[in-house]
Amino acid sequence: MSRRIPWVLVVALVAMWVPWLGSRFYTFLATDIAILALFALSLNLLLGYTGLVSFGHAAYFGIGAYTSAILMKTHGVPFALSFPAAGVVAALFALVFGFFCVRLTKIYFAMLTLAFAQIVWAICFKWNDVTGGEQGLPNVPYPELGWMAAIPGLGQMRAGDHFYLLVLALVAVAVAALRRIVASPYGRMLTVIRENPERAEFIGINVRLYQLSAFTAAGFFAGLAGALFGIFNRGVFPDFAYWTKSAEVLIMTILGGMGHFWGPAVGAMVLTLLNQQITSYTEYWPLILGTILIVLLFGFRGGIVGALAGLGRRLRRR
Amino acid sequence: MSALLELQDVHTAYGLSRVLFGISLQIGAGECVCLLGRNGVGKTTTMRSIMGLTRPSAGRVLWKGRDIAGWMPHRIARAGIGFVPEDRRVFAELTVWENLDVAERAAQRRGPWTVARVYETFPALRDLAGRQAGFLSGGEQQMLTIGRTLMCNPELLLLDEPSEGLAPLVVDRLLEQVGALKDQGLTILLAEQGVDFSLRLADRAYVLEKGTVRHSGPAAELRDDAALRHRLLAL
Repeated sequence: MSRRIPWVLVVALVAMWVPWLGSRFYTFLATDIAILALFALSLNLLLGYTGLVSFGHAAYFGIGAYTSAILMKTHGVPFALSFPAAGVVAALFALVFGFFCVRLTKIYFAMLTLAFAQIVWAICFKWNDVTGGEQGLPNVPYPELGWMAAIPGLGQMRAGDHFYLLVLALVAVAVAALRRIVASPYGRMLTVIRENPERAEFIGINVRLYQLSAFTAAGFFAGLAGALFGIFNRGVFPDFAYWTKSAEVLIMTILGGMGHFWGPAVGAMVLTLLNQQITSYTEYWPLILGTILIVLLFGFRGGIVGALAGLGRRLRRR
Repeated sequence: MSALLELQDVHTAYGLSRVLFGISLQIGAGECVCLLGRNGVGKTTTMRSIMGLTRPSAGRVLWKGRDIAGWMPHRIARAGIGFVPEDRRVFAELTVWENLDVAERAAQRRGPWTVARVYETFPALRDLAGRQAGFLSGGEQQMLTIGRTLMCNPELLLLDEPSEGLAPLVVDRLLEQVGALKDQGLTILLAEQGVDFSLRLADRAYVLEKGTVRHSGPAAELRDDAALRHRLLAL
């Protein structure tokens, strides 16, 4: 069923009406969610599809953010170039780091991804001349979006709404590409590797090569998300690459459900909305988050989407 | 007959626990050779050593005269050795057809085996093509595992305990099917606890004991000589 309905298009078409709600805050939230959804979906290429647990995925998010910010702010490169460049640079770093990571398995793999991410963070934190060090790079310019006002119906909108529509379009294209990847024969190879790397190996699959390619692709999409986030956030800071960011995206992915393509996107949405709502009532957000995670891990291993899919199956059987 | 595969004094250990103490054996092209012996004598480890899944600590594994000990398993698969492991697990989330397709893409070896020919050999699989492999019965999974390995167009098939845990009727059908593969000229190394199964198929037999070769000879000899069989296998 999901093959016939172009879900990416459906979701994008629904989400594009958010600016017409007229609230600057809703647009802000929706932009945040769209970017983080792409970030989480990129991680799931590793986690859910290839069976690789990365504790350092924020590194590529951060690299993408810094690449695009440095190009746009320091060198005046237009967004149309800096955006793909962010993906490519992040992918190159993922290729180099991944080359070493895929030589290890399981917890050792996870620890090495974390180690590389901490190195990236330390460089962002200390290399004052290029990254702005601890202060980061504030005031990353908005892309030139004046042309969007010329489109009928968009003329009255704020710049934030224009940026949201751009983000939505770019994220939709990236997510469609991810969807194509996981549904292709290449994606099936990744599934096979996740199910059993040894079995995959003796039917002739070069497991490390496939893992490295998935790691690089995941880095590419994380880099794209990072580039958008830097602009959205009006600045890039070292904590984009910090381990807590890696943990956050892991939590989103598991919360939403890594066994389903859309799981991580749902996780990104739910976590962002909950965070907004709950922090307006209490300062103990981490406490609530911890409780949610415990309930989830004990009661709903498949995450939100996994639980809903299970419920749907049970209802249909009746 | 020059050997297609030859093991020379192969020693293999899992960490500190040594399992193989100098196994030497030969398999000629077109032969069906079986490894016999009780549980834990090293039949599976011998196969894992050939396939590169557990690296031998000493000794040589010669494939067409080239030492492949220490190669990565995927290279060994692409060189023409196909492995059907004893747990016979399929890729449970993929359909039957996808399992076969993945294997064909993985090994990148052209040869006579196609999806259509696998279906011809195992007609039951054709009707199950769209079924998720995790839902197949034990016998069907075994057929699929063998079929998947054949999609890599191997010249040598390593079959580890193919009859284990299958109903007698299913075992009989499997015996016919493996026999047919043998008649088509495929070289087979078979590890089995089920002596009847092996001896009905095999040309030659090696009897393993505590990680060494205790006896080797024509399968007919073991088949006909109950006393010898009893002495070697204590059955």
